Amino acid sequence: MAVFNLNINGKQHEVDVDPSTPMLWVLRDHLDLVGTKFGCGIAQCGACTILVNGLATRSCITFVDSVGDKEITTIEGLSENGDHPLQKAWIEEDVPQCGYCQSGQIMNAAGLLNANPSPSDEEIEMAMHGNICRCGTYTRIKKAIKAAANS
Amino acid sequence: MTTVKTKLDRRSFIRSSALAGGGLLLTFSWLAPACTTDSPKQLTMPDEWYELNGFLKIGNNGAVTIMSPNPEIGQNVKTSMPMIVADELDIDWKFVMVEQAPLNTDIFTRQLAGGSQSIRQGWNGLRMAGATARRMLREAAAHEWKVPVDEITTEAGVLYHTGSGKEAGYGEMASAAAELTVPEEVELKDIKDFTIIGTSRKNVDGPKIVTGKPLFGLDYKAEGMVIAMIEHPPAFGMKLKSFDATEAKAMPGIIDVFAIKTYNDDYEWQWSDVTSFTELVAVVGKSTWEVMNAKLMLNVEWEPIADDNAQGVPVGKENTTDHYKKMEEAAANSSRERRRDGNPEEAFKNAAKVIERTYTAPFQAHNPMEPMNFFADVKDDFAQLAGPTQTPEFMENTVAARLGLPLEKVDVQMTRMGGGFGRRLYGHFMVEAAVISQKVKAPVKLIYSREDDMSYGIYRPAYHALYRAALDADNNLIGFHVRMGGIPDSPLHANRFPAGSVDNYLAESFSVDTNISTGAFRAPGSNFNAVAEQSFLDEVAEAAGKDPIQFRLDLLKRAQENPVGSNNDYDAARYAGVLEQVREKSGWDTNSEGKSRGVAAYFCHNSYVANVVDIANKDGEPVIEKVYASVDCGIVVNPDAAVNMTEGSIVDGIGHAMYSGLTFSEGQPEQNNFDMYRLIRHGEAPKEIEVHFVENNIDPTGLGEPPYPPVMGALANALYKANGERYYHQPFVKNSIG
Repeated sequence: MAVFNLNINGKQHEVDVDPSTPMLWVLRDHLDLVGTKFGCGIAQCGACTILVNGLATRSCITFVDSVGDKEITTIEGLSENGDHPLQKAWIEEDVPQCGYCQSGQIMNAAGLLNANPSPSDEEIEMAMHGNICRCGTYTRIKKAIKAAANS
Repeated sequence: MTTVKTKLDRRSFIRSSALAGGGLLLTFSWLAPACTTDSPKQLTMPDEWYELNGFLKIGNNGAVTIMSPNPEIGQNVKTSMPMIVADELDIDWKFVMVEQAPLNTDIFTRQLAGGSQSIRQGWNGLRMAGATARRMLREAAAHEWKVPVDEITTEAGVLYHTGSGKEAGYGEMASAAAELTVPEEVELKDIKDFTIIGTSRKNVDGPKIVTGKPLFGLDYKAEGMVIAMIEHPPAFGMKLKSFDATEAKAMPGIIDVFAIKTYNDDYEWQWSDVTSFTELVAVVGKSTWEVMNAKLMLNVEWEPIADDNAQGVPVGKENTTDHYKKMEEAAANSSRERRRDGNPEEAFKNAAKVIERTYTAPFQAHNPMEPMNFFADVKDDFAQLAGPTQTPEFMENTVAARLGLPLEKVDVQMTRMGGGFGRRLYGHFMVEAAVISQKVKAPVKLIYSREDDMSYGIYRPAYHALYRAALDADNNLIGFHVRMGGIPDSPLHANRFPAGSVDNYLAESFSVDTNISTGAFRAPGSNFNAVAEQSFLDEVAEAAGKDPIQFRLDLLKRAQENPVGSNNDYDAARYAGVLEQVREKSGWDTNSEGKSRGVAAYFCHNSYVANVVDIANKDGEPVIEKVYASVDCGIVVNPDAAVNMTEGSIVDGIGHAMYSGLTFSEGQPEQNNFDMYRLIRHGEAPKEIEVHFVENNIDPTGLGEPPYPPVMGALANALYKANGERYYHQPFVKNSIG
């Protein structure tokens, strides 16, 4: 076990965990930030996506000891009042069905828009390739990302 | 004007009471049958379904709360079911709060998500509840204002009396209404007067979903809760022999490691129980990561299940290659007749042309994005459970039996489900969580890893179908033969189209035993029938030199005007209706030049869907440019949500037909995570989906399943147009990972 000081959603958090613990479980089990979802554990589904220094990252394979003082953003910290352009677009397009994968989709899209504020359809498809939606809401996700990019 | 009864014989479908703190509480049977005065005998459901299980609350401040009685699995019933109540109540939707109803209070029973039945079965009961509340509020106002009740009108949650100019919000009359007797009969709105039904309302949980609020079972937390995982046999046909937990127990954060039995020896199985792995090793610890690591340190010995096992499970370790051979043999040797019209043998003998094709499909894992999990807190005299389940009530029975507690001492709360697709009908994980909690005497959250989830599946069965068609010299379809089976169940629906449209028809089924656990998977049976049958009909139409839509419409015309046989279980006019609509909307007759298009239509779970799929070739790879859908599910309650459900089903159908399959080697699933089991991804979805609904005033039917099967057939037929190849075996893409 070791103590880590983490910068999450603009606040400092101290956790005492095994250094090999993935950020996914640090967030979910130790900090009660459960918006970040467990889907596969091997970076194949994208449900656990967070931003590390603004970059979309799979938290299930990001070990706590690799994070240092980097800025972590989770779905809970994407905006203060749920009014990030992506969150608003997600509501407007009424994207979710079961909803489980959607925080990962939104965080991945946020990483995409950070790097590329007005992505083409093809760029959206490529950037979102790693995020599975089992309910099949892909067409709406694409619409929502484009709407957010244009806002 | 339609009138419905609120009671029949001595049975009441609705009950009123005063709300603590002021207001009206109505509890009602959301599964109340269509007790209209026109058809009082329309009673086909078992008695217990009439129990009061819906819930409507009007506070004296005017706040309206509607409990959504059914589990929310992504089919959006948590929004659409309350919409039905709110419309009859005549309240502004923005004043309505929606809550998920808990299970196992006095008032909620028979809660199940499955078979696309929530809206269909809830329609009358939900309307009755809203209409009854509105009637009672009007009566209360009439009494207060001393005017005839017929003169009281309502609009958007306000009661009006035009003559005297009086008006009052619902909240002001709610407590007085609670004093009244429930009327025995209430009037329902005319369909043309609906103000909420038929308008698009956003998912009531949307804001919580996009901000990551705890909604799902996996997010559940309780004071003092520990984490548990299970280790199950690596292969079907195996069971626990012995284990050494020394190393696992020594791992940090580990509380205990022990074996559990999911069922008592003398337990009587019910349909939602699973018999494949009934003895497991449980690892319990303080955090998920610590438990995952300790699980790796387990030393477990497994052995083949006994010949005379209590569950009657067949022995042996099965292989995919044998599965297909066994189905072929069973098809040839042990098929049983399910329907016969005319003289099919004679028709095939006299045919000018016979077309014969075989189709197969693999086992598939449900793979809801939220892996199986459940919370349980079992005390000596009471058990509390919470989590994602499609069958809370069935599993409550199983849990009570296993713990040795009376039913009323087991409480199951439903959380939102991160997908189900049929997987959460089978709640063995609830029993496992309960047994583990009982042993460690602490609140436990049981979590399956993705690998556990995929390798301890209740899979979609593997299927095999032989289709034969006989054409005469004029290319008329004079004989049709289907022989269809699966491991372990046949998906055959013998009385569905084209039964009823062909003079000489033969349907047969067969089945092959297995020890692999299987169960319902989105649109059970239909999820294979549609692709096989609709691909086959495309070939038959081609052999007959006919347009594939016209060919189907001609058959449906026959079924409508002069049906063969009497027990055809589809409405040929509605079937034809979706085909005609998709023909028009896709410009099939005017805009097909240069396009690789395929068509299919299917009926299941009481709704009708037709698709046209357009494919383009891009760098030698097929790209799905556009999918058209025409849907007849009766009245559409929440149109944009219905479009969403249809779009999702289309993406899901294409994905499973193209990419997804589970194979077995020596009883072991060969894929156990998404690096090996392929699911459709963003870029593979259609570039555009256009959904149309057939407008009518027929009571609504379900939409969770019907749009899933037909698109697979339309896809296969479009792929044929694009590359000249017919697709007989799923998944269509052979270079799928794994």
